[in-house]
Amino acid sequence: MNVFSWLGAAMADGRRDRGGNNEARLLPEARLSGPMPWVIAIMIALTVVAAASGLALRNAAQTASADVEGGVTVQVVSAAPAERNRQALAALATLRGAPGVVSARVVPQEELNALVEPWLGTRPGDDVEALPIPALLDVRLSGHATPDRIAALRARVARNAPAARVDAQAGWLTPVFSAIHALQWLAGGLIALLALATVAAVLLASRNALGNHRDTIEIVHMLGGTDNQIARIFQRSMAMDAAAGGIVGLLVGLIVVVLLGRQFAALGSGMTTSAGLLWSDWIVIAAIPLAGVALAVVTARVSVLRNLRRML
Amino acid sequence: MTQPDAEIVQFDNVGLRYGTGKEVLTDVSFTLFSGNFYFLTGASGAGKTSLLRLLYLAQRPSRGLIRMFGTDAITLPRDRLPGFRRRLGVVFQDFRLVPHLSAFDNVALPLRVAGMVEKDIVRPVNDMLDWVGLADRRHAQPAALSGGEQQRVAIARAVIGRPELLIADEPTGNVDADMAFKLIGLFQSLNGLGTTVVVATHDPQLIRQVPDSLIMRLDKGKLLDPTGALRYPPRRSAPAAAAGVAAAAGQPGPESVAP
Repeated sequence: MNVFSWLGAAMADGRRDRGGNNEARLLPEARLSGPMPWVIAIMIALTVVAAASGLALRNAAQTASADVEGGVTVQVVSAAPAERNRQALAALATLRGAPGVVSARVVPQEELNALVEPWLGTRPGDDVEALPIPALLDVRLSGHATPDRIAALRARVARNAPAARVDAQAGWLTPVFSAIHALQWLAGGLIALLALATVAAVLLASRNALGNHRDTIEIVHMLGGTDNQIARIFQRSMAMDAAAGGIVGLLVGLIVVVLLGRQFAALGSGMTTSAGLLWSDWIVIAAIPLAGVALAVVTARVSVLRNLRRML
Repeated sequence: MTQPDAEIVQFDNVGLRYGTGKEVLTDVSFTLFSGNFYFLTGASGAGKTSLLRLLYLAQRPSRGLIRMFGTDAITLPRDRLPGFRRRLGVVFQDFRLVPHLSAFDNVALPLRVAGMVEKDIVRPVNDMLDWVGLADRRHAQPAALSGGEQQRVAIARAVIGRPELLIADEPTGNVDADMAFKLIGLFQSLNGLGTTVVVATHDPQLIRQVPDSLIMRLDKGKLLDPTGALRYPPRRSAPAAAAGVAAAAGQPGPESVAP
């Protein structure tokens, strides 16, 4: 007994416990060993992975955006250390007095050294401080660092620190955000394509099932059976297939998502660690099999009714 | 149930052709009255099964008018067809049992389709199976039944719902003479309860068994009705005409019935 047979038997037992249904006896019980549950399971698993990826990317983008939306970086680019320090302090004083500035600080030399360490190393004897690294000021504004506000700050700082370059931190991340948005669209597109593929698979399966049971359907019609009665049998059969496939697909998808999450978390990068899933995201993911079942059932109903109308 | 002697079926100049072939039924006009017992006879290929298919609404005619139960059956909307079909009982020549269902479930099918609750189904189905001599075969599937047993299941299925019009295509072709006699007796009992019966058969023995029956004789797709007793529009006082039609319709007919 494979997993789908077991799930099907369990669901059928549940139905019998509730008293059964006359219509269920008109056609053979749904056979869950066919390819349909496997097709649905694969579709649901891929949809879960795509949806989880899209949601995680959205969370990463939102977290990064919140971190940098009011952030401004001021670089004082001067080869002479004394002049660089003078202009940095002058810029700091100017910024602290500027409207809308919540905080401003000079990034300590230790932090600068840590920033360049991956590229320049820390071998004993290296005189990193001798390098003409720009002085950095980390500034936080209330609200967004809009181009107008950046331009006003730039003009104010330039009076006392002509070597200072004022940039919104969000500006540095614009390409990253663009890439994230593109990936989100890709995830959405994949989900739409998977839904379309599911619809196509259900249409084919319904047409097949109608062909296999054509004689029985004609008899049921001749005995006064309605299209709705016949459609409900196929809907029930499809719902059982889709539910069994959905449960297996969800489990497989969740395992993949958790494993991928651990891999990304192990990278230790700020962007990837912020790309977790919220509890509301888990609810959305858990609802995917339900949406899959609903899609399969509606598709089967529409397909069966359309085909039955061609019969007298 | 339709009133006695009401016009239950009316065919007016009905023609039927399959695809672009020649007509298998030509200018067929007749009236069937409620409560009568009709035998449909004719050589093989005369169009008996085609006429029955029109009667049980499995086929639309190529031309002509058909009224059933006082309603135009040709322009009947699709959603009203099931309601009409539930007033019919049909015994198909090839039985057309549902292969995956047991004899019990096959006989119960019309009741389940009609939405009857399960507890009300068991007893009448068991009684019916008992009557056709298949009480001990109720759990057998059609493949495990002989031709005669399948035919009896098909007949039980057709009559279980007390139809207003029972249509049977060669219903005794696979059963022995005793069972054939018994089954026609069942049809007569139903007929006595008001069911109009139409039986297609080649067997003159069967026709003799029902002395009050009317004969519908098909010849090369045309209905022979020399007395006009079956004609459409109908001649009134149909039962009186019934005796005449058998006398004048030639062979085989009630004139040869030996009570």
